[in-house]
Amino acid sequence: MSAADTTFDLARVPLREVNQALHAPGLSGSFVIEGAAGAHNVAVGLDAPVSVTVEGHVGYYAAGMNQQAEVTIHGNAGTGLAENMMSGSVHVTGNASQSAGATGRGGLLVIDGDAGARCGISLKGLDIVVGGSVGHMSAFMAQRGRLVVRGDAGEALGDSVYEARIYLRGTATSLGADCVEKAMGPEHLAELAGLLKAAGYDDDPTTYTRLGSARTLYHFHADNSY
Amino acid sequence: MTATSDDRARRGLRESATFDRATIAAIQRAAETGIYDIRGWGSKRALPHFDDLLFLGASVSRYPLEGYRERCGTDVVLGGRHAKFPLHLDIPVTVAGMSFGALSGRAKEALGRGASDVGSSTTTGDGGMTPEERGSSKHLVYQYLPNRYGMNPDDLRRADAIEIVLGQGAKPGGGGMLLGQKVSERVAGMRDLPVGIDQRSASRHPDWTGPDDLTIKINELREITDWEKPIYVKVGASRTYYDVKLAVHAGADVVVVDGMQGGTAATQEVFIENVGIPTLAAIPQAVQALQELGVHKRPDGVQLIVSGGIRNGGDVAKCLALGADAVAIGTAALIALGDNDPRYEEDYERLGSAAGFYDAFQAGLDPAGITTQDPELQQRLDPVEGGRRVANYLRVLTMEAQTIARACGKAHVTHLEPEDMVATSIEGAAMARVPLAGTSWIPGWNNGGSL
Repeated sequence: MSAADTTFDLARVPLREVNQALHAPGLSGSFVIEGAAGAHNVAVGLDAPVSVTVEGHVGYYAAGMNQQAEVTIHGNAGTGLAENMMSGSVHVTGNASQSAGATGRGGLLVIDGDAGARCGISLKGLDIVVGGSVGHMSAFMAQRGRLVVRGDAGEALGDSVYEARIYLRGTATSLGADCVEKAMGPEHLAELAGLLKAAGYDDDPTTYTRLGSARTLYHFHADNSY
Repeated sequence: MTATSDDRARRGLRESATFDRATIAAIQRAAETGIYDIRGWGSKRALPHFDDLLFLGASVSRYPLEGYRERCGTDVVLGGRHAKFPLHLDIPVTVAGMSFGALSGRAKEALGRGASDVGSSTTTGDGGMTPEERGSSKHLVYQYLPNRYGMNPDDLRRADAIEIVLGQGAKPGGGGMLLGQKVSERVAGMRDLPVGIDQRSASRHPDWTGPDDLTIKINELREITDWEKPIYVKVGASRTYYDVKLAVHAGADVVVVDGMQGGTAATQEVFIENVGIPTLAAIPQAVQALQELGVHKRPDGVQLIVSGGIRNGGDVAKCLALGADAVAIGTAALIALGDNDPRYEEDYERLGSAAGFYDAFQAGLDPAGITTQDPELQQRLDPVEGGRRVANYLRVLTMEAQTIARACGKAHVTHLEPEDMVATSIEGAAMARVPLAGTSWIPGWNNGGSL
């Protein structure tokens, strides 16, 4: 790990002070947060081109609504990791709980381990790369953005998906309503290769399946059965 | 020629109370189309409401204040519990959340102009914050909704307060639907959706599953905005006592309770008419919850905003007397803007409706140019004139509430209390928890009552 400009220890400094410091106008440089010990709301609302490294596990909503910053969490993350992220990147070396990347609008979220249920729920433009598997209802109502899963997916993957793209290397227990397998064209292979590379993986894109919306739910019909 | 109701009566024809004409038409429509009816507006059925209550003007046992001469305050502070910058409003009447998308941009601007003119606030909605709304609103409450359309931290910081929406009075527990007709290029862009497709709204927040999560979520929003903004939590009236208690425990600065008469842009008719409880029934439940937690009517307490079918200053005064700190208006604000205006009678008839009955907000063809994204129809609404009308209406609501408060001997409208009222119906007395007029009987409550 490279030397950091500033180190915070959450065992000694209140979260409020840490987040306040990370919201300072004109912020730059790199920061380390130690002693997270599962704390909630760590490094939320960042809006500067800084590097933030968290040593240890974090609780809910870590790096929520991130803009510009590069956040790395050496550990696991709780519910709502990087929720509504706008730009920048968030990288978790461990696993993430449910709703990782929920409603994210931009940037890149990388989870080296597994992600729980509803990963990428209501996705709105964020790219998510999961090194392991994702739980049920992942990419539920995902509107825009990409979800790459190097492992398997649980039940109802991509339920009611709009225009988000899903790339799955393993198998899904089931696909959700209106989610179908789609042809993998050259542009998709290139897109996937780029996402994998950005996340630090060099998988063969041709081993993936592309999934997306059949667009049968795009207009209100009498035969909607649920 | 169609027979009149008198002709029918002479012929001995009798309409069924169970299968009345509206019910018959609904069955025929369902049989024809195979799909449930979607519409805007709130519940249209007769429900116990503020009309079931009366004020006890002062005589001998109390003395009134002199109208127009003796001061009767109307200001209110919202969110003093935790926020660095609470909202100071000049009047206790605010404009409820209505989305850009459901409403035109000019309508949102007009609402902002009107509210600002009288020192009150307006509220965003499902579609995110528009520049014209922010620009025209002195105090703007930014809604954090299950869909998170257009949600971004910049707008959180640009807002004066944040309202976490958990439910809506017209449809507690339900999501929404913005039909493709209204998903214009601009609306689609703000919501990250393709143009012209139906937008299906989620019924719950995607990243929390209950009150414990809400606590953390509220703190997240506070951390992001450096504890500057009041955090409201809005619930649709149903299990109000419990919902309010949990919202307060979770850390809300302000709780917004939206009763069953509250409006919506579009949802299933069966939902609007069959889910939730009347506004009148919800207020005492919410107040009881706040009182038991020791946060009611205290400077560092939790404020209560009530919405759902408020029409006049009498309704405002009754909400305040029952324990609300402020009220919010939605449907009434749209009517003030020009919704259902008779000058568009021919257009309403052409759409199969009539002025005063139009509720097809989902269709995007609103003749008044309010609930539409059609560029030509939108031009019918002048945001400056609309703002003037909304401001006038808000002034009237406030002056009417002051008139009643003075008559009850109150130097501030929020000093009104349940003791100032009686009910004209057993249902109203039981729900509002005030005695039936001329008696000391509060049905269900004289013996201690329980939920």
